[in-house]
This record gives sequence, structure tokens and C-alpha cells, in this order.
Amino acid sequence: MPAADGTVADGAGRPEPNHGLRIFLLWLPVALVADLLIWFVWGPHLPPGAMSTSAATQQSAIKIMSVMAAPVMALVLVYGAYALVVWRHREGDDEDGPPIHGNTRVSVTWIGVTSVIVLSLAVFGTVELAGPAGAGAGEGNTPIWRPSGGTPLQVQVIGQQWRWTYRYPQFGGFETTSLMLPVGENVQFNITSLDVIHSFWAYQLGVKADANPDINNVAYTKPEHTGQVQVRCAELCGLWHADMTTVGQVVSLSAFNAWTATARTQLAALTKELPPYTLTYDPNAVAQLGKVFQKAGLSGAGGGFYGSQYPVQP
Amino acid sequence: MAIDMQPESDRQPGREPGGREPDAPPPPARPWWRRPAVHTALAGAVIGYLLGHLLGNVIAGQYSQVVNSGQNDYAIVLGYVLGTLGWLAGLGVFSDLLRQMTGRPVHATEEARDASAGLARYFRYSLDHKVVGLQYLVGMIGFFLTGGLLAMAIRTELLSPSYHVFSSATYTAIVGEHGTMMMMMMSSLILGPLGNYLLPLMIGSKRMAFPRIEALSFWLTPAAYIVLLSGLMFGGFPFGWTGYAPLSVQATQGADAYAVAFGIMGISLILLGFNIIVTVICYRAPGMHWGRLPIFVWAMLTTSFLMVLAAPVLVGAMYMLITDRTVQTAFFTDDLGGSSYLWENLFWFFGHPEVYILALPGFGVVSEILPVFCRKPLFGYKVAAAGMVGVTLLSFFVWQHHLFDSGINPDMRPVFMLTTELISIPTGFIFLVAMGTFWKAKIRFTVPMLFALGFYFNFLIGGISGVYLSDVPADTTEHGTFFVMAHFHYTIMGGLIFAFMAGLYYWLPKMMGIRLNQTLGKIHFWTMFVFFNATFLPLFAVGMAGQPRRVYTYARSLETLNDWVSISSFLLGVSILIFVFNFVYSTVIARVHEEGNPWNSRGLEWQVSSPPPPGNFARVPVVLSGPYEYGVKDAPPVADLDPPLGVISNAYAAAAAEGAEV
Repeated sequence: MPAADGTVADGAGRPEPNHGLRIFLLWLPVALVADLLIWFVWGPHLPPGAMSTSAATQQSAIKIMSVMAAPVMALVLVYGAYALVVWRHREGDDEDGPPIHGNTRVSVTWIGVTSVIVLSLAVFGTVELAGPAGAGAGEGNTPIWRPSGGTPLQVQVIGQQWRWTYRYPQFGGFETTSLMLPVGENVQFNITSLDVIHSFWAYQLGVKADANPDINNVAYTKPEHTGQVQVRCAELCGLWHADMTTVGQVVSLSAFNAWTATARTQLAALTKELPPYTLTYDPNAVAQLGKVFQKAGLSGAGGGFYGSQYPVQP
Repeated sequence: MAIDMQPESDRQPGREPGGREPDAPPPPARPWWRRPAVHTALAGAVIGYLLGHLLGNVIAGQYSQVVNSGQNDYAIVLGYVLGTLGWLAGLGVFSDLLRQMTGRPVHATEEARDASAGLARYFRYSLDHKVVGLQYLVGMIGFFLTGGLLAMAIRTELLSPSYHVFSSATYTAIVGEHGTMMMMMMSSLILGPLGNYLLPLMIGSKRMAFPRIEALSFWLTPAAYIVLLSGLMFGGFPFGWTGYAPLSVQATQGADAYAVAFGIMGISLILLGFNIIVTVICYRAPGMHWGRLPIFVWAMLTTSFLMVLAAPVLVGAMYMLITDRTVQTAFFTDDLGGSSYLWENLFWFFGHPEVYILALPGFGVVSEILPVFCRKPLFGYKVAAAGMVGVTLLSFFVWQHHLFDSGINPDMRPVFMLTTELISIPTGFIFLVAMGTFWKAKIRFTVPMLFALGFYFNFLIGGISGVYLSDVPADTTEHGTFFVMAHFHYTIMGGLIFAFMAGLYYWLPKMMGIRLNQTLGKIHFWTMFVFFNATFLPLFAVGMAGQPRRVYTYARSLETLNDWVSISSFLLGVSILIFVFNFVYSTVIARVHEEGNPWNSRGLEWQVSSPPPPGNFARVPVVLSGPYEYGVKDAPPVADLDPPLGVISNAYAAAAAEGAEV
């Protein structure tokens, strides 16, 4: 009954307020404020930061999607709150509501607007994915989105239960437990595993790619600031999954070159014992390497921690 | 009916098959301990397990790499499988079939005598859909509470990044059990109890299409539950509910429990869905045409299609995992010609429809409840039904969004990004329908309505956060973190569980003739709503800040947030305890009877007494109008419960000879 509604806010005189307009006027400032806050206040601090090109892409994707999501969310919430206050049941009113079975114009508008939002999001996501060379996500072994310019720095990431090691094929293929990257250079991560599925996640670089056994998964990034990088495993890989963390470094190009030179010499004896650099490794074929590592007092990849039937899981 | 499979309440003496003369004296009833029930089922399960274990050790004791018989995967798997068969045999699942095959009379007479036998029938292989519904209800609440306790254990460990209540091994086992318990057992949370109980009532049928399949689908769930929990005796399984190979191939015997339990539950889902599809299509009362089908029935129908089409993939994948673990096939071993990607594809090809198996029934329940308490017709009935059908279709084309970073088929990521974002269009229809129904409504804040409103709030957050995950660049940060975890808890815990609670408060007066205490119900709602959001909203931030899922230790900087979440989750547990107290108090102690139509609903199920009489309807009703005609001036009653003799016979002359039974 319209009469019951008319008495809500604007006094007794008016029969039926324009609910649509009121909801719009309530929604507009909420949506505007939310969007401004997201864009200017929250946006620059959104994860994962802007340490690399891929991280910056992800940050801007999250920011732009938040700007699009906030008005939608605000609309539903403002509408819902308005409905619950204005159209709540009053004591003594036992009439049923108006028999509205639907409204084609409203439905078509809704479907049209959501379709436009959704399709534009899909286009936006594709552009963001293709632009900065895959946005730091794992692209399989034949990536179609590559960085322009010459051959990027190759870093092989080898996951195994439960640690990460890194090989640098352009510097003699030495293998180390520390991730070191130069600033301002394109980096190509070649990610593989020796046992189960891991996921290489360099948080500040915005790189995440699964490490599957016998598969090479490529991800690109370009660090733009120096600093520390938290490396974690993002796919449950067994008992010590949570402890599969290391800290990497992004350093200046000269410091990186100095580091590779030192590491190359220091690890020369060990590098000779390693299987030759390939994109994937057969864990059974390199199982005996554990002894070598132990003798050298080093730890590294090569499946040397366990026999082929191990590790026995809990 | 040519083949008599009616529930015992319908059965008349002299009509059961098996060759006995109609006039012959009924066979004497057996004493209770010789009648199949839970106790014989347990005995059958134990005997079956021991037989299977023995068989496994005889077959494979020599050539499998085992230290003792408890580590022989063959023995464990065969034990579980034969134990499950023994459990069913002990229940008497096969006895009637065997008796019919050998031409001996079935024990239907004592079943019929048993129809009003009180509590005892709830522990038997009952063919009455109302008994099965209540069995499902109690079972599902039990499974849910078990999973919830495991969640409390997880949050206890996460109180501190450095002080450990559990070892890493125990923690991983708890995480796996919690995830599998919730994702696998809760798949039939709404369709099991509410679906089996209410579907025949809502479509004007006397029963479900296949009572034996219906009962079987329930009695498989306790078997799956026991098998799954028994995995803890082997130290659990270290791979969560997703069971990614090759970790699941390497893992110890807990993985056998995972694979067998998930497989059993998959079969249960297929049976449940199959039965519901046939019932909806074939057992609607005259006049219940597709345009008058309650929206909850649409949800059941679409969910059932998902179950029937997706669960076989799961059962197949589990079978492959079992053979990989026992007879040394290499489906998932890369260096032997298999692929770890194969498991990921198979699992998520089931796993994503599974997510909608959990979500769609919730859409149905809240959309069903909304018009009753808005006192208005459902806005855009066809849009709502079309949305559910759209979700069902699209859900088979989105599974690779779980694998955006995996390197599978990377060039297809824009396509899966598109399909994933497209599915938010039909999902958004439920908000269109809700907002349209709110328009100029007369909203009554009853307990079911509060839970329904809570559903919409939670699902809004869950849905919007899902859009972030569909975008590959954003997903690269969020994938595999607590962000994902918060997202799907918002859609499942905040969606499915809130909808289940709404449905329970709404329909329990119908199902048991007893009303749940409304004051306790309101306390339950407000505590659950507040502490649910207090628990899971910060987890979005925790995930964005870099905490991966399923970790027993984390960055020290996140300790405050994690503590907040843990304490909120304990309070959420208290809220669930309030619900349990309310449920037990209202149904056992207070027992406030509610026999009529307390919500003044137009639903067909509310037009009969509560609980409904045996056979639901004295006569097959003739449905005269839709279920949501609130406020329509001269709307006819929803159905004629006592149609004049011959109405149906004339309309359905062919079926009348057998069906009407006047």
C-alpha cells in the first residue's frame, strides 16, 4: 500500500516519494568517496607494491578493479539498507506488498550493465596480461608474451621438498640457495621441480608460477627498485611447506656482476658435479648427487636429499 | 506402478513383489537385533574391512614396498571398499534385491509395521523420503560440526607464528581433514536434508522417484565420513582437499582414506542428483508446470545436473589415484608418461562445478524464503531460473582459473578469464531478484529472513572478491593465499551455511512439527553474522599481505591479524554451539508444536499438516497457481488438495489406471 510508505521520511503530505532518486542520491556520494579513497589514499599502498613491472601491473589491476567494484558494492548495500529501513513491515499492517512479478526494463538494464562491466573487465585483464610480458604469472614452457629487447637474464628456479635453489646458466650454470637479481634488467625465471608441485612466489616482484616436476614454467619480470624479496611456496607441498621460504635481493647491476663472479669461482668445484643445465631434471637420475653436496658441505638441488621412493609423507 | 518401490508408508499388504500370495499370513517379524540397522551395518563394515585387509595382504603382501600390513596400500584400499560394501550389506541394502532375484518374499511387512515405529526407523535403511531427509539433516550437522572443530584446531595453531600447539605433520593432517570434510561432505548439505524431505512436498508428489537410491545416497555418507576420519589413524594426508599429484601418490596410507572417502561421496552425489532430476521431471503434480516450479526446486534441479555430470569425473580421478598408489599405474607420474597436470585438470573439472554444487542450493533457499517475508511475488522468476541454468552451464567452462599460474595451456588464460567473469552475470541475477523483491516490500525480520539477508551480504563480498581472482594479473598475487581462502569461505560458509540455517529455521516446523526457539535463533544469527565477518574479512588482508594457505607458521608481522581472526573464529564456534543448543533444546526439551502454516506461506509444502502425513497428500493435488502470488488480489489457492474424483484420471487417462489409486 503506497500510503504506508509515504509517511516514512518526508512528512504526511506526499503520497509516494521517488525511491529510485533517493537511493541514487544516497549512493552517489558513497560511491564517489569510496572511489576517491581507493584511488588516491589506498591505491599506492596496495599489495604487492611496485618493486617490479609485474608487481606494478598487479597493483594497478587490483586498484582499478577496486574502483570498479566499490560502486557496485555500494549500490547493493545502499539499496539493501534503504529497503530494510523504508520497506520494513509495520506493526498492524497485515496487507501483502504490491504484486510486482518483474520488470523487463529493469532486468534488461541490469543484464546490460553487468555484461558491459564484465566484458570490459575481461578485456582489461587480457591487456594487462599481455602488456608487461605475462604480468609475472607462470606462462608454461612456450610463453607467448615476452619482454622486448635482447635475451633476458636467465634464472632457473628449482623447487624441491622443501627448499628453493637457483641456477644461473649464463654464468656457468652454478647453483645457489640465494636469489640475487640486478635492478633494471629483464629476468626470465625458468621454474621446475624435482618432486611434487610447488609454487614459486616472489612476493615483492609479483611473480608466481607453479613448479611441476618435468615441466618448465616461465615467468618474466623486471625489477625496478633494489631491496629484499620474500620468496615463499604457494602450493601445499607436504610437511614443511610453510618453511619453504627464502629472502632474495635485488641489487645494482655492478653488485650483481661482482656477486656472480665470486659465486662462479667459489662454486666451480660443485658446478662440475651438477647435472648439465637443462630446463627440467629427472629426479631419479640425479639422486646420487646428495653425497657430493654433503662432501662439499653445501646444499643444493639434485634430488640428493632422498631416495627415489622418498620422501615418506606423514 | 509396475515395480513396487513405494515407501513403506504407502505400501498395502498383499502388494509387495516376491511371489507371496496376497492372502498368505505375513511372515513373523524378526526380533530387533536380527533386523538390519546401524548395529548390523557396523558389524558388516568390520567384517568387510578385515576381509579386504586380509585379501590385500594375500594379493600384494609380497611385491609391494611395505614394512608391515598396516602400510600395504592394497590391503587398506580393499579393506575400505569391502568395509563399505559390508556396511551396506549389514544395513540390508542388498537383501530385498537378493530376495527378489531368488523369488523369496521381501520383509516389506515388517517394514510397514515399522513405519510408525518412532526413533528406531531413523537407524534403518528406510525408504521414506521424510525419514531419509531427517537422517541427512542430523548426519550433515554432525559432519559440519566435525569439520568446524578441525577449523578451531587450525586457528589454535595459527595463534602464534612461533609457538606450536601441533607439529607440522599434525597441522597438515588437520588442514586436509578440515578441507575435505567441508568440501566433500557438505556437498549435499542442502539437497540431502531439505531436498529429499521437501522436494516431493513442493512438487505435489507422494514420494521420490527412487526410494532405494535415495536411502543409499544417504547411507553412503556415514561410510565416507568414517573412512575419511580414519585417515587420521595413518597420520592423515598432507595435501589438503585438492590432493595434487604427485604428492598424493607419494603420501602414506592416509591418502587411501582420502581417495576412497571422496570416491564414495562422489557416488553418493551422483545417486542423490540422479534421483532428484528424475523426481522433478516425472513426479510433478498436475498443474505444477515449469513456470510454477518453486525456485528452490529449480536450484535443486540445476545442482543435481551439476552433481550427475561433474561427480563422475571425480570418481574417475580418485580411481586413477588409487591405482597409481597401488597397482603402480602412472597416470600422474611425469617421468613415466603421466602428467601432474592431468590430476589438476580432472580435479578442477569436478572441483569448479563442485563450488556451484555448494552455492546453487543456497541461492534457491534464500530466493524461496525472500517472497514469504517480503509478502511480495518473487521479482523476475524467469530471470532467477535462467540465472541458475546459466551458472550450471558456464560452470563447466571455468575450471582452469584455478590453474592460471600453473603453466597449463597459458594461451587460453584470456578465455578462462572471460568465462569466469561471464559467470558473474547469471550469479548477479540473484541480487537483481533480491533487490527487485525488496522494492516496496513489507520486510519481516524473522529468523529465516535474517539468515537470508546475511547470505546476501556475505555472498556480495564473496562474489566481488571472486572477480579479483578471475583477473590473471590480480590473481597472480592472490592465488594460493589466504585471500582465496577468505573468498571461498565467504561464498560457502557465508553463503551455503547461512542459507542452510535460513532453510532450517524456515522448514524445521514443517519437517518436525516443532519450532526452533526464535530468541535463541536471533542470538544465533547475530553472533554468527558478526563473528563470521570478524573472522574472514581480515583474512583478505592477511592473504594480500603475503600469507600462503595451509601454513603452520607465518610472518611475525601478521601475528596481530591472525590472533584477531583466531579469537573471532572461537567466538564463531560459540555461536555454532548456541545453534546446537537451540536445536537440541527446541527439538528434545521444549518441543513447541507448530502444526499449521506459521509463516503464512503459499508454498505447496505448507498446505499440508506438519509433519506431513504418511504419503504426504491424501490425493495427488492439482496445482492451481504459482507459489509466489502474494498480494495478487484474486489469486486462486496454490493447489486443490482434494481434487474431485476423476479430474486427474480424465486429464491423464493413460496413467490413471495405475497412478491414481482411487
